[in-house]
Order: sequence, then structure tokens, then C-alpha cells
Amino acid sequence: MSNKLDSKIPAGPLAEKWTQYRSTVPLVNPANKRNLEVIVVGTGLAGASAAATLAELGYKVKAFCFQDSPRRAHSIAAQGGINAAKNYQNDGDSVYRLFYDTIKGGDYRAREGNVYRLAEVSVNIIDQCVAQGVPFAREYGGTLSNRSFGGTQVQRTFYAAGQTGQQLLLGAYSALERQVGLGNVKMYSRHEMLDVVTIEGKARGIIARNLVSGKLERHFGHAVLLCTGGYGNVFYLSTNAMGSNVTAAWKAHKKGAFFGNPCFTQIHPTCIPVSGHYQSKLTLMSESLRNDGRIWVPKQKDDKRHPNDIPEEERDYYLERRYPAFGNLVPRDIASRAAKERCDAGYGVGPSKMAVYLDFAYNLKNKYGRAEASKHGIENPDDATLIRLGREVVKEKYGNLFDMYKQITNEDPYEVPMRIYPAVHYTMGGLWVDYELMTTVPGLYALGEANFSDHGANRLGASALMQGLADGYFVIPYTVGSYLSKEIHTKPIDVNHEAFVEAEKAVQSRLDQFLNVKGTKTVESYHRELGLIMWNKCGMARSEEGLKEAIQEIRALREDFYKNVRVPGNQYEFNPELDKAGRVADFLELGELMCLDALDRNESCGGHFREEYQTEDGEALRDDEAYRYVAAWEYKGGNDWGLHKESLEYENIKIAQRSYK
Amino acid sequence: MGSEAMKITLKVWRQPNSKAEGKFETYQLDHVSPDMSFLEMFDVLNEQLIAEGGEPVAFDHDCREGICGMCSMFINGRPHGPKQAVTTCQLHMRSFKDGDTIVVEPWRAQSFPVIKDLTVDRSAFDRIIAAGGFVSVNTGNAVDANSILIPKDTADDAFAAATCIGCGACVAACKNSSAMLFVSAKVSQLALLPQGQAERENRVIAMVDQMDKEGFGSCTNTGACSAECPKEIDLSNIARMNREYVRAKLVSK
Amino acid sequence: MKVLQFLFTSSIGRKVLMALTGLFLILFLVIHLLGNLQLLKADDGYAFNKYAWFMTTNPLIKTVSYLLYATILLHAFKGLYLAYTNRKARGSKSYGAYNGNANSHWTSRNMGILGTLILAFIIGHMSDFWWEYKFGDIPWTKYETSITDETTIATDITAENHGAHIRMGVAGDKEVFITKDLYKETAEAFEQGWLVALYVLAMAAIAFHLWHGFASAFQTLGMNHPRWNPLINGIGKAFSVLVPAAFAIIPLYVYLLK
Repeated sequence: MSNKLDSKIPAGPLAEKWTQYRSTVPLVNPANKRNLEVIVVGTGLAGASAAATLAELGYKVKAFCFQDSPRRAHSIAAQGGINAAKNYQNDGDSVYRLFYDTIKGGDYRAREGNVYRLAEVSVNIIDQCVAQGVPFAREYGGTLSNRSFGGTQVQRTFYAAGQTGQQLLLGAYSALERQVGLGNVKMYSRHEMLDVVTIEGKARGIIARNLVSGKLERHFGHAVLLCTGGYGNVFYLSTNAMGSNVTAAWKAHKKGAFFGNPCFTQIHPTCIPVSGHYQSKLTLMSESLRNDGRIWVPKQKDDKRHPNDIPEEERDYYLERRYPAFGNLVPRDIASRAAKERCDAGYGVGPSKMAVYLDFAYNLKNKYGRAEASKHGIENPDDATLIRLGREVVKEKYGNLFDMYKQITNEDPYEVPMRIYPAVHYTMGGLWVDYELMTTVPGLYALGEANFSDHGANRLGASALMQGLADGYFVIPYTVGSYLSKEIHTKPIDVNHEAFVEAEKAVQSRLDQFLNVKGTKTVESYHRELGLIMWNKCGMARSEEGLKEAIQEIRALREDFYKNVRVPGNQYEFNPELDKAGRVADFLELGELMCLDALDRNESCGGHFREEYQTEDGEALRDDEAYRYVAAWEYKGGNDWGLHKESLEYENIKIAQRSYK
Repeated sequence: MGSEAMKITLKVWRQPNSKAEGKFETYQLDHVSPDMSFLEMFDVLNEQLIAEGGEPVAFDHDCREGICGMCSMFINGRPHGPKQAVTTCQLHMRSFKDGDTIVVEPWRAQSFPVIKDLTVDRSAFDRIIAAGGFVSVNTGNAVDANSILIPKDTADDAFAAATCIGCGACVAACKNSSAMLFVSAKVSQLALLPQGQAERENRVIAMVDQMDKEGFGSCTNTGACSAECPKEIDLSNIARMNREYVRAKLVSK
Repeated sequence: MKVLQFLFTSSIGRKVLMALTGLFLILFLVIHLLGNLQLLKADDGYAFNKYAWFMTTNPLIKTVSYLLYATILLHAFKGLYLAYTNRKARGSKSYGAYNGNANSHWTSRNMGILGTLILAFIIGHMSDFWWEYKFGDIPWTKYETSITDETTIATDITAENHGAHIRMGVAGDKEVFITKDLYKETAEAFEQGWLVALYVLAMAAIAFHLWHGFASAFQTLGMNHPRWNPLINGIGKAFSVLVPAAFAIIPLYVYLLK
């Protein structure tokens, strides 16, 4: 295993790196592709697009997902949109600008080469998705429509109402199913990967559990692609799906894949606040709402008035006040911290006082109402008319989100401002990968949210979909060839090979371990407890003291877990509690590494905010001298990790204090 | 918000596996908050069952925000319960009254065999999509996105059909266990768009053939599917599929 | 005919067949009703019997009637088979609680039962009148219509006296029409209260069957358009009420006037 991190960024000018790479990367001829098997774990945007594309190229693909269908992967829940440097709006966008915005948005903690490639292929993604029949929003002339997202000043976000992720995933899913129908992909739904099998240092397959029969299965692959998403559920409450987990990535980590920047977590500013202790997950209200919603709190502390009764001059539009250049469209990390700051200072609203208002009244009436009125030739419209007209437009733009908000909170956002609060949404950290998306284990790749790349310390809105699809459709099909071209002589390895047997045995003993504790506490209760530790001490604000405490608490909790957890049922049946036990057990280990990483990073950047390191006006204080690196953690057994640093070089961008003022 | 706790009696279908006979079990929950989601109530029930040494109820769920299509409970005789345009995960207990008895069952269809308790196997849907629910365009073949102009109304109609989450409520609600709404949503989306034209005839025939092979019932236009669809997929999609199918059968070579 | 095979083999084909046969039967109802309305004429059954004679002798009509019988059988038995397979599609267990009224009209969920009732009615109806008219022993009547003033005189006759076949001819200044008197047969039948009640109920079944069936046929044939739906639904609802009502009025009228 390499101890030195080689990011394998191609030499040459930034704008030519990818073209150069593609033109010179070794190829695998079609006849050999048929003999090469690729395992794809996870079928979200990255996994489905990778599996489909590799199968189109001729590789033999096996795809795995734990859900009942590949279409259910959590990419489906992405609401707002996908960025692409198409410059269809003629507003000054370019590949370079998307690249620049992404690096800056990530607080200068991402690799130039990767991000530039991402911006380059972003345009192909839109073309590909449209060709598949993804019904993006369109203008009356038939061209594609765009909207704005946080951290940018151009309109480059393509969308399909508030269901962009769904439409993109269904596009990738249909491409995947096409290959399943053609026999090029073998699909394994309701299967969970429980270990990576390595032989002579190379990834050669996986151990998976059939979640219906409970049986363990061994699968060989010349290469293994982990497209298993992020680990936001370590916080228990997040906008992730209930099943989202770190298990696949964590098993890979324990088999030698370094974990990159684990502490970089994105807390999304606009989520529906927690309503009770029984809460199982949090629901996002798309960032696109910040196009038209204005965020405010009362100027007066503990104001008990109904929001509609608080007059304009007694409202504090704190984002517009603090960041006049970007206003309500500042990046997520900044918007989240600003909300927390207001609530901590006692200006929060709602029953829990841990919420701020997201208010559409102004734009509904003044922006859309007036535009519609003038479109219809109504002169001097009264307020009621403006509201009626504006409401129609808002309904078309955000109707499904407004309905969802009302369904959850029982309040009508057309009438009353939404109450929102930040919640865990995305993890920029993940398995460390090089330019080819390969982890430190040869033959083992990580794509999409599962890897650490591209977003630095903070991801811009509408960039996750872009990255997932870029990795799957346009990056891995080239880069995997670089490795597989050297594997054409490797015959499929019999799954009775001792490495498979050993790996399966280890998985089996872990399952037995869970089932044999027979304690008294539910898996859920441990998860909830872990989440609370993580949220309080490794969440939006972190401190050395808190993180040190958190590590001790997590260790104690983990110990307790193996003494007192109760996992009902047995292995050889459909047993969601057993599945959950495995996932929570891995979160209990990951949580410690996240705290360790946060403790190591004595600076504030992006989603990582250390209370000790802030400017006088409460902005994140980066330390580029000491921490301009990717922290890649090597697992060394037990509670021991070694840190490897990949220094980040900026040759094309001048590092600056990130400012949205 | 935060109104009084409710007492709820649950009659839940319990079936250990696909081969076993199932039966209803009755459970009592005394502290149900009206702000809880229906699935959160099941979380509470399951924690209670585990604490008592019992077996938790197995049910499918994932995103809990109404979009993944995984949740699938048949509640008081209706898929996804009493509210319109809402999935089970987005159904809140305030839609019920204190003292209510709620009957919860799995989707029932020959093509959706029960795996355990409230969990069913919906892989038939995947096979229908694999039969033809796609545009055959390999990665890299696409032209510039704006070179395909699509009138806004067409794009909107295609989108409306494409919002199907594949939950199977249409099949569950239909007295014939027909999957026509699901299949027609995909057929419609791609029949409406210019990108779908090349495979228009083959697609509808292949998808309908697969649908029939899976053993779903025939549509008799009761409209239950659309009325219960959490995404309100319109019946006009089924009419469009009928048109497409007959046309394809009459003109395809 | 391979091109039409799909009408029998695929789920959509089968429902298209149901729609086409259904619409044909709807058309037949109109023709049948026009004939039945002749019963209401106060002409001792002249018009009605003439209609009956025309319907049973005209070669074109005869051909169509075979098509009609085939259609009825096809519609009925395909429908029953459909109901059977659709029931099977639910699987071995049905729901413990099923609230169909929440999402669909009961008529739409009971087309099989309504159709079975209608089929039973048609069998009874055919044996009452069609069979009787063709093969039964029913009264005969001779109509003599003056060519000059177009007045008609009806005389009861017996078949034995006039040869057992229906005929029309001219004798002097009179058109003579000798026929089996289906009118009388009908009038006598509808003097029985229970039969009238049965007919009215059967018409109710038809009304409910059409309440769903009429518009449903158009949906099946792919006609669903926001601009046309109100028209189709409106005509469908009006048809499903008015036509069976008109059918039902006749026995009631006869019964009440007896």
C-alpha cells in the first residue's frame, strides 16, 4: 500500500489536463472488456450512471443496492438542480467560472485539477440527460430554463421543478435497466456490501448479504466501484434517507482505503426544524427557495408576535445585512452559521426558538405579482390581486415543496413564513481518491458523495448531482481503463479463494456478535445517542474541548453497544434491525475519526467551524499556511489512525479570504 | 403544534416470510403525537416491541420525504392512507383521531409477493422498465441540449408523467391489481418527448408485454390508481398508452 | 388477421375489445329503443309488429343481428374472463380492509356483477320474446290498411287459418299485413307486475353499467382530452340515465294502463 499520496494529477495546463489524460490513457479493447468484471456498489447518480456506462462499453457489470430497487437511491431526493457551465443565459458563465466558484465555495480545500475537470464535463451531463428524456424545466421557446443557486452570481442551475434529483436518477436508472435488460448488468437489489475482498493488495471482490434470505454471498470483480453516498446519518438526524450509511466506505477504509477529510460536513441552512423527540429524519427545503425567500428574525429578542404581525422595520434580514453582495444566496455553510448565531443569541422563532423565518411574501407580491400584473395589463393592481397572481407563479416554481412543508408542519407557507433551521445534509469528506477516482487500494474506486474530492470544505448547491453524474458518466469510464488495461490477463478468481473465505468468515462473526449480545437497548437508541454527541460537539460549531469529550463519549457508547444492544430475530431472514445494527456499529467508529479529524484541523474552513478560529465578526478563519491539505486517514486497527497529508497546490487560482460581502 | 397525545389501536398484518400464513395482530399505542409521521409511529411501536422481546414490524421506507417510493402501507383500506397526494412517510398522525383503530396491510398483488409483514417485492416494476422504459442513447452520444427544442407544455406534461415514484400504490389500490398507471407514466413521458420517438412503437409493446407477463391485472378504468397516486399521475396517461399501443400494433412491422 | 390478434392476447387488446363491443352494444340499444318506442303508439301494435317483422326478415339486419349475438357473447364472456383474471391478479390473499369508495365509483368496481345481471336479463328477455316470436305459439293479427285514408283495422286471427307465415300484400284498396302479434304478446307479458319490476331492475343494472361503461370505452380507446372529456362524460351520463329510463317506461306504461 502506498504511504505517499499520489494524486496523479496530469501535468500540463489546467484546461488541457483532462483532454490530455483522455487522449493518452491506456485503452482496453472490446474483446477484452467482455472478460473484465466490474462490481458497482450503490445505484445512485454515480453508481447507476457508472454501471450503465461501463456496461455500454462492454464490461461485465454487477450492481448492488440495499434498497428494493436501484431507483430508490437517495440521489432521488435532491430537489433544487444541477449546475453546468452552459452559459445558456449569456450571463458570463464559463467552465473557468464554475471551476472558480466551486474552489472558492469549497473554501480552497479542493484540488484544482479535479474541479476543473468537473466543470468541463458538466456541459456533457446536461446533454446526456436531455438525450435520455429527462424533462428539465423549459422556457416557452422550448429552450432549457435556469435558476440561481447559492455562492454564484450566474444562472447555471438546470432543474425539473423541485424534483431534479429524481428526474436525473430516473434517467440514469433507465440507462441501467436498459443494460440489465440486455444482460450486460446483473442487478442485485436488497443486497448490502459488508466487506471488500483484497488479494495481494488489490480489490478483487466483495462480500454481500442478501437482505431477504440473509445469506452471505461472495462476488468477484476485476475492479470494485463504491458509489455508496455520504455518511450524514452519523448525526442520526439528517436529510439523508433512513438507510443511507457509511458501511461500504468504512469496510473499504478498514481494508486500507484512506479516509479523506472526514470532518467536512455540510449543514444545510434551510430544513424543517425538529418537532419532537420521536423525530426520525429532517426534511430539506430546497436551496432554490432562497432565490425568492428572504430570511429574517425579529429584531427584538424572544418576540412572541405572529410573524405576519411584525412590521417590516422590526425585522432583521440578517443575511442581506451581513452579506450585501450575495444576500440570501450566500453559500450554505455561511447561511447555516448565521442562522445558528441568531438563534444562539436569542432571536430564534417558533416553539423551540431554534428556527428562523424564510419568507416569500415580499417576492410573491412584489416580484411575481407585479410581473404578472403587467403581463396581464392590469394597472394599479391592489394587494389582493398581486398576491393572487404571485401565488400562481410561486406555486408553479415551488408547489411541491410548499405542499410538503404544509404536510409536515400543518402551516401554510403561502400565508405564514416558513420556519427553517440548519440540518446535516451532505458530507464533503469520504474515501480519499486520486484523479482517477481510485482509492489507496488498487482496483478499488469511490465515486460521487462517497469520495472526498471536488467540493473541498463546503459544497455549493446543485453541485452534488453534477459530481455524481460526472464521476459515473464521464470520468470512471476512462479512468477505470487505466487500471483494467493491466488486468486483461487476470482470469476471474474463484470465490472459494481463501481471501474470500476469510472475508466472509469475518463478516459472519460480526453478524453473530450483534445477534449474540441479546442486551436490552435498541439499535435505534444508540444511533440517537451518537447523533446527539456528534451534533453537539462535531456539528456546526466545534471546539478542542468538545471534540476531546466527544471522542471519549463515543468510545464509551461503542463499548456499551457491544454489551447491551438488542438485535431481535436471526440472520437468515429479512431482518432490518440486523442491517441497522451493522450500520450503526460502523457509525460508532466513524464518529470518532470525524472528531479526530476536526481536532487535527486547527482552523475554520467551509463546513468545519472551530470556535477558537474565527474573525472578529464571526467569519471562518482559515489557516492556509498550516492546513492547506487534504487529511487522509489511514486505519491502523483499534482506535488508531495515521494521518497522511496531501498538500493542495493552487496554480491557477489566487487563494483569498473568502468573502461574500 | 404539540397538541395532546393520542391513543391509537393498530391492527397490523404480520407474516414472517413469503411462505408463511399471515394474520393481523393488534397493538396499542398510548402516546402518539399528532405531529408524528405515520412511520415514526411505527418506529415507536417497533422500539416498544423490541423492548418487550418481540419481533419488530418489517416495513419498507427510506427517504421519508415522499420521493423514493419505498414506503408502501395499505392503511384503512387505502394505499398511503386517507390523505390525497401523500405517501405513507409524509402522512402525519394529525390526520387521525384520538381513539382510532387503524388497519395496516401490505400491498396485495400476485405480482408483489409479501417478503415479510408489510414489505413486498416490487421488482416486477424494474423488469418492466428494463423491457423498454428508456431511450437507447449510450453515454457520449448526445447532441447539445438546446438543439432539441421542446415546447414548454410538452415538457411539463412529460415531467408530470415522469414524477411517478414507482411505489406501487396504483397496483395496490386497483381492484384488478393493474399496473397500467405505472407503465403508462413512463410510456407517456417518452412518447411525448422528441427523444423517445425512435423507439416509440417497440417501447410500448415491450413494456406492455412485460407487464402482462408479470401477472398484473387488466385496467377497467375505475380511476382508483390515479385517485390514490401520491404524485397524482393522471389517467390520461393510460389513455395515451392505449393509443400508443394500438397504434404500434397496427403499424409496426 | 394476425394484425388483430392482440385484441385477444394482450391486456390492452382485451380491453380495447371490451370497449369496441361495448360501444357497438350501446349503438344497438339506441336502435332497440327506437323500435320499442313503437309500443307506445296507439295503433294496436301495427308499427311495432311491422318493425319486428322488418327486423327479423331484412337480410342486412339479419346479418347484423348475428354480429350482435356474437358481440353480446364476446362482450359477456370476455368480460367474465377478465373479471376472473383480474381477481386472480390480487393473489391468494385479499385485503382485510378495502375502501374502494374513497377512490372510485362503485359502478366501476362492479362491472362484472352488473354485466352478469344484464346477461341473465338478456337470456330471459330473449327467451321471453325472441324465442317466442321465432318459435313460440303466440297470437296472430291481421292488419288491413286502407290505401285511400290510411286507417288500419286489426283483427285477431289464428295461425291455422292463414298459414303460419308472416306476409304483407295488397288486396283491393287495402294493404294486408298478417303477422305474429309480438305487440300483444308484450302487452300481455307486461300485465304481470313481477315481470315489470324485473325489467325495471334490469334497466337499472344497464344504467349503472353504462354510468361507468360509456365514458370508460372512450378512455380505453385512448380518447382522453381535457377539452373533450366533459362532453364525453356528459353524454355518457345522460345516455346511461335516459336510455335505460326510456326502456323502463314502456313496461311501466303498459302495466299502468292495463
